[in-house]
Amino acid sequence: MEKTLTSRLFGPKAWAALAAFSAVTLILVPILNLLVPEGSALHLSTYWVTLIGKIMCYAIVALAMDLVWGYTGILSLGHGIFFALGGYGMGMYLMRAIGREGNYQSDLPDFMVFLNWKELPWYWQGTEHFLWAMLLVVVVPGLLAFIFGYFAFRSRIKGVYFSIITQAMTYAAMLLFFRNETGFGGNNGFTDFKRILGFHITAPETRIVLFGLTATALIGFLLLGRYIVSSKLGRVLAAIRDAESRVMFSGYNPLPYKLFIWTVSAVICAIAGALYVPQVGIINPGEMSPANSIEIAIWTAVGGRGTLIGPLIGAGLINGVKSYFTVAFPEYWLYFLGLIFILVTLWLPRGVVGQIQTYFSKQEKRA
Amino acid sequence: MNAALAIDKKPGLPISGAESAFDRAVGLERPVDASQLDTTHGVILYLEGITVSFDGFKAINNLNLAIDKGELRSIIGPNGAGKTTMMDVITGKTRPSAGTAFFGQTIDLTKLNEAQIAHTGIGRKFQKPTVFEELSVFENLELAMKTDKGIWSSLFFKLSGEARSKIEQKLELIRLKDQAHRPAGLLSHGQKQWLEIGMLLMQEPLLLLLDEPAAGMTDEETERSGELFLELAGDYTLVVVEHDMDFIKQISARNGKVTCLHEGSVLAEGSLEQVQNDERVIEVYLGR
Repeated sequence: MEKTLTSRLFGPKAWAALAAFSAVTLILVPILNLLVPEGSALHLSTYWVTLIGKIMCYAIVALAMDLVWGYTGILSLGHGIFFALGGYGMGMYLMRAIGREGNYQSDLPDFMVFLNWKELPWYWQGTEHFLWAMLLVVVVPGLLAFIFGYFAFRSRIKGVYFSIITQAMTYAAMLLFFRNETGFGGNNGFTDFKRILGFHITAPETRIVLFGLTATALIGFLLLGRYIVSSKLGRVLAAIRDAESRVMFSGYNPLPYKLFIWTVSAVICAIAGALYVPQVGIINPGEMSPANSIEIAIWTAVGGRGTLIGPLIGAGLINGVKSYFTVAFPEYWLYFLGLIFILVTLWLPRGVVGQIQTYFSKQEKRA
Repeated sequence: MNAALAIDKKPGLPISGAESAFDRAVGLERPVDASQLDTTHGVILYLEGITVSFDGFKAINNLNLAIDKGELRSIIGPNGAGKTTMMDVITGKTRPSAGTAFFGQTIDLTKLNEAQIAHTGIGRKFQKPTVFEELSVFENLELAMKTDKGIWSSLFFKLSGEARSKIEQKLELIRLKDQAHRPAGLLSHGQKQWLEIGMLLMQEPLLLLLDEPAAGMTDEETERSGELFLELAGDYTLVVVEHDMDFIKQISARNGKVTCLHEGSVLAEGSLEQVQNDERVIEVYLGR
């Protein structure tokens, strides 16, 4: 019996949930934010729009993490670097789009004037063009992931060794970006953006468009991820996770498979980073800190590895709690995060969604 | 003969190294033209002067072995005789420090990686059954099936009716039809062994290397494995490493040759009776 593509991707309930999510993010939120007057109880403030938009960017990152960790068994503790590079790519365009509206009224971004630079470094050339910058957003992190992955996977580096190397990679990149001479604004990074494609970056309408784009990207990547993991390629990835040597002796070279999913995951992260920066209004090397990358793994673990939908929920839950906690008890947040991680590892090894799935499949068996 | 034993008896030659343009672009795969497999001299596998040393310890020491096409060869030997290391050399997992390993007359196995060797038509079953635990029995067989194993064809793969019936045929052969949609991790030890054998057959190999295939099987399962191997011999070439002498007796009943390894070299070779009566073999097994 042949199944159609849509029924192979999701069941009817999941499609309904996806349609509901689209309706809320693409119709309801814009109406509540733009059309409902500010005094009304139903009004959704731009603060909330930005916060949810930001969390959706994190959710995309968690989804990308699930593809490599949950489905292929490759734990990356350096995914923050791809997110940050995507963000920097977008940031370069936004810095150039400031034009002469900066503090120094120069054609150069402010931090370059401050450093007494007279002209743009070569790698900044062309970044005033939005499309070129968007190409950089995808190509630079993609290429880095491809080259790094090629050498790591070819040398058959696995498990904790691979995780440590990814951690070292993002840490090294952070140190590099902290330096003023690197040409990315040092520890301040990029901020004070004014416009994107001519629109004011803080205008509610611009915010709503960015929000809608993020929601669309989230849905798109969910469908893409689902297509990949439900294809035969997805089953080969699961097979690599379970018994890599059997995969090789079955005639598959695991290298291109790992490299494919690793690079796809990195590019998805980069696009999330590019969507994140104009909404949050800042990008700095802190995004590359090892702690950030570890947090990505925690979102994925809490939501449920190997479920695609779980990491989205995990990212939402943890960041929702985080935005409350860091305001109410800022100094205890990291302890709390550590506690969540321990509790989930002990009692919800398959994450929130994994646990729910197990529960329902047991119910079904009983019935 | 059991109806389930009626299997596809024409393994044919594997297609040449299936890889995608992407693989070639990044230099991942060298094409291996397995249709060149030349067995005109009747020999399918030829190991000559193979030596493998790990930090000075010679796991295999100047090993010479020739396997004829269609043969069912049993390999015995005490622990540490180098049986598994020999399989590692043949399948590309371990590189010998000296010697040559030829598949047919022309394919030099010491120059290929594991996946390429699998494509030339050598299938291997591990000592510990190795299946994809989270995937269903059906999916395990599907992945093993001989086909283009590059990434793009996997991404857009669609299971044809013909392929499905091939898988169903193998499911019947390995007696796992009613388990087809259970995760392989839930199978018993013996069933996993069977599944792995089924996966090997899906690859349509010319040579099967089986490392202790009867381990962990019930007596009945062991006997049926023996029947199956005898059935496969002739169309396939089988090399079986085993400790269970009753099993060896069963599978070598039809003029099957037995080779005894000891300290990385061939100690004795011939019929089971000859080998069992060899003075040196008795000495090695019983001690001085």
